[in-house]
Amino acid sequence: MAELDDPHREPGGVEVLPEHEEARAAGEAVVREPTGFVEIVTGRGWRETVLVPTLAVFTALLVGALIIAFTEPGSLAAWGRAGRDPLGALAASARAVGAAYRALLTGALGDPGRYAEAVRSRDPAEIARALGPLSETFVVATPLILTGLAVALPFRAGLFNIGGEGQLTAGAILAAAAGFSLTSLPGPLLLAAVVAAGAVGGGLWGSIPGLLKARTGAHEVITTIMLNFVAAFLALFFLSTEFFRRPDRTDPISKPIEAAFPHLLGGSLRLHAGLLLALAAAAAVAWLLNRTTIGFEFQAVGANPDAARAAGMSPSRTYVAIMALAGALAGLAGANQLASVTPSLTPGFSSGFGFDGITLALLGRARPVGVVLAALLFGALRAGSRSMQAATQTPVDIIVVIQALVVLFIAAPAIVRGIYRIGARPARAAGGPA
Amino acid sequence: MSAAAGVPVGAVSATRARATGIFFLVVAAAIALLFGLGSGPGEARFGLNLGGRETFVTLPDLVVPVRATAFVLAAACAFLGGVQLTRGFGRRTNLVLGAVIALFVFAFLAWAARGDQMNLLGMLKSTLLRSVPITFGALSGVLCERAGVINIAIEGMLLSGALAGTVAASVTDDLWIGLAVGAVVGGLMGWALGVLAIRYQVDQIIAGFFLYLLALGLTSFLSARFLQQNQQLNNPGRFQELRIPVLSDLPILGPVLFDNNVFVYLMFALIAAIHVGLFATTWGLRVRAVGEHPRAADTVGIRVLATRYRNVILGGMVAGIGGAFFTLGSVGRFDEGMTAGKGFIGLAAMIFGRWNPIGAFGAALVFGFADSLQTKLSILGVPIPSEFLLMAPYLATILVVAGVVRRARPPAADGQPYVKE
Repeated sequence: MAELDDPHREPGGVEVLPEHEEARAAGEAVVREPTGFVEIVTGRGWRETVLVPTLAVFTALLVGALIIAFTEPGSLAAWGRAGRDPLGALAASARAVGAAYRALLTGALGDPGRYAEAVRSRDPAEIARALGPLSETFVVATPLILTGLAVALPFRAGLFNIGGEGQLTAGAILAAAAGFSLTSLPGPLLLAAVVAAGAVGGGLWGSIPGLLKARTGAHEVITTIMLNFVAAFLALFFLSTEFFRRPDRTDPISKPIEAAFPHLLGGSLRLHAGLLLALAAAAAVAWLLNRTTIGFEFQAVGANPDAARAAGMSPSRTYVAIMALAGALAGLAGANQLASVTPSLTPGFSSGFGFDGITLALLGRARPVGVVLAALLFGALRAGSRSMQAATQTPVDIIVVIQALVVLFIAAPAIVRGIYRIGARPARAAGGPA
Repeated sequence: MSAAAGVPVGAVSATRARATGIFFLVVAAAIALLFGLGSGPGEARFGLNLGGRETFVTLPDLVVPVRATAFVLAAACAFLGGVQLTRGFGRRTNLVLGAVIALFVFAFLAWAARGDQMNLLGMLKSTLLRSVPITFGALSGVLCERAGVINIAIEGMLLSGALAGTVAASVTDDLWIGLAVGAVVGGLMGWALGVLAIRYQVDQIIAGFFLYLLALGLTSFLSARFLQQNQQLNNPGRFQELRIPVLSDLPILGPVLFDNNVFVYLMFALIAAIHVGLFATTWGLRVRAVGEHPRAADTVGIRVLATRYRNVILGGMVAGIGGAFFTLGSVGRFDEGMTAGKGFIGLAAMIFGRWNPIGAFGAALVFGFADSLQTKLSILGVPIPSEFLLMAPYLATILVVAGVVRRARPPAADGQPYVKE
């Protein structure tokens, strides 16, 4: 089987061999690792697109459980006595993990007992209270869907957008300016203006690395990292201006914007129409990628820029267009936050949504549906982690660790496959990738 | 890169030399217009002594007339630009570029301090101290990337070094053990980057991002879980200043350079060692060969993967020490996310310094200066928002990466996995 696999050259000029010589010499079953950035990120076949992400999340949660088990004070004390009472130590660990994850789960999805009681009482207020955690999960997932898309879309063209954070901030700056200055507009129009301003601000910011890459070849990873910081300081500067700053406050905070998304399930739940906007954006990206010429060009450039150029496409134009679109998506996330849960621009406004987008795009295999599912999952984790911290003093930062591990297991699927002893997809016939 | 594009190398460097000369002239014009014509009559007073530190001679304050100074400095810049355009400085261009930037900065300071006074030495010292973690981060990047492994996890290595160093020093009550543990933990991070990038051939940007996230999450988690309740774990103390006899009594140089804690001396030693190592030893030649053309290096018997492993581990250790500076060399306690992006500025400094240790240190000094200047500007009442100075390093790096100012070219095989045939 191994002999069928010829060494081949990747478009980037990187010479890649399908497998290690030692494996061949040892007579081990050799499987072809995916080659090329886009293929690594998107994966092929159900094993890589469904099984590996699922196991990655599961394994990351498992490792998270281990970390909690060995850091929770009570469980740690029990391990100190493990020599005399090993079972007690195990039980204490299990209790600690169980309590933390149960709090995480009920914080994310709601308390089953509460649901039952609410249904029995038939009191709308009770039902709303029971649905509260679920509503929060969707509220957190909404910006995550958008920033996830902002990373996933460039992935398909072979671009790595680390700039979601800055694009979100740039979008939020413009959206905030629109939201508190165009107050003469009627409500729905003002909301539309805020959303549009967010998309425009993020789009402009995103197009900078696209332009730089197209014109000068500057690597988008470096430029987007740097632009994140520039955007943060730009926001800080604007917050020091008369135009932005809230007159009655001394700390850097903007005037609150006057537009808000309508609530979907009544005033007591924060679930708002921004979710519909995010889902529509995901549908639009899916449509763009799969049903339009532009989307085809994006993917052709991602698969092989030289071949795309030879076929008459313009990789340069694609880079600009795709980064502008990605920036617009991240900017929408900024507008969404302003028009819902945080009506004022502040320093650190983004609170990591842009960085989370990278994890989500990787976990969702750079596909819109995958990104939505990944965003819902991490929305749940983020929302649930707050009640976990409140109930069990487990620091919310455990979510960042879990997120990092998900990135690791997706990026190095060999680890997950090794743990669960599943093979990769079988090696293809001679001639390298199609 | 130029050779690959079919353009003779000489033609490119001639264009670049001319562009540099024109840049000098532009700087001269800017000094004359902004700080000469743009300022009224007046004097600026610069303190040349650091409070409480005696040197051989106590220097009088340097008092300069702002306008005349600006014109003199502008003339000097214009002269350098003229020489560059006609004769060219050749290999010394970078040195002259540094001098021109220094002249511009001095003219700016004189303008900013007009009718007021400013302690020049305090400024220099704070510039140096602020550049320390940036330099460690940049050196870490140089070590990794010269061998062909991209390291965007520098920030994470700084964070983990800071936490590990603090806890180890607090527990053992020995700052040196803290420093060593910081280096070891940084080295472990480097090793992890190596395993992912070299053994598993994970995309190096993703691998670096993973390590950054992991370090960010774990340090915050552990510090929230343990350090907040147990303050005795977060009380390492800090390295005291070590006055070097005789040298520290020199005026100007003494207090700035020779009256620092061990991190600053270590930084200078590492810059020298890495520079000499990379460019004047067999080891360095091999490392650069591995980073530029691994297959050729392999052909002549250099062990490519081992070289890469060694360098990412060394790079991680350097960043770990840089992380320990935050706690053991500066603040004396660990706080969540205390590195505040210094690792990413280090990455920027490495690029700005063109993957060269001394260049990276120069860039770190410039960035450190921008950082320390922004705290002074509001005191002096200069109408430049400090935010723009803070974003300057990042903007400068973007310009460099885009080739607008001075093109930076990474090692040819940077970021590419190597598989033996």
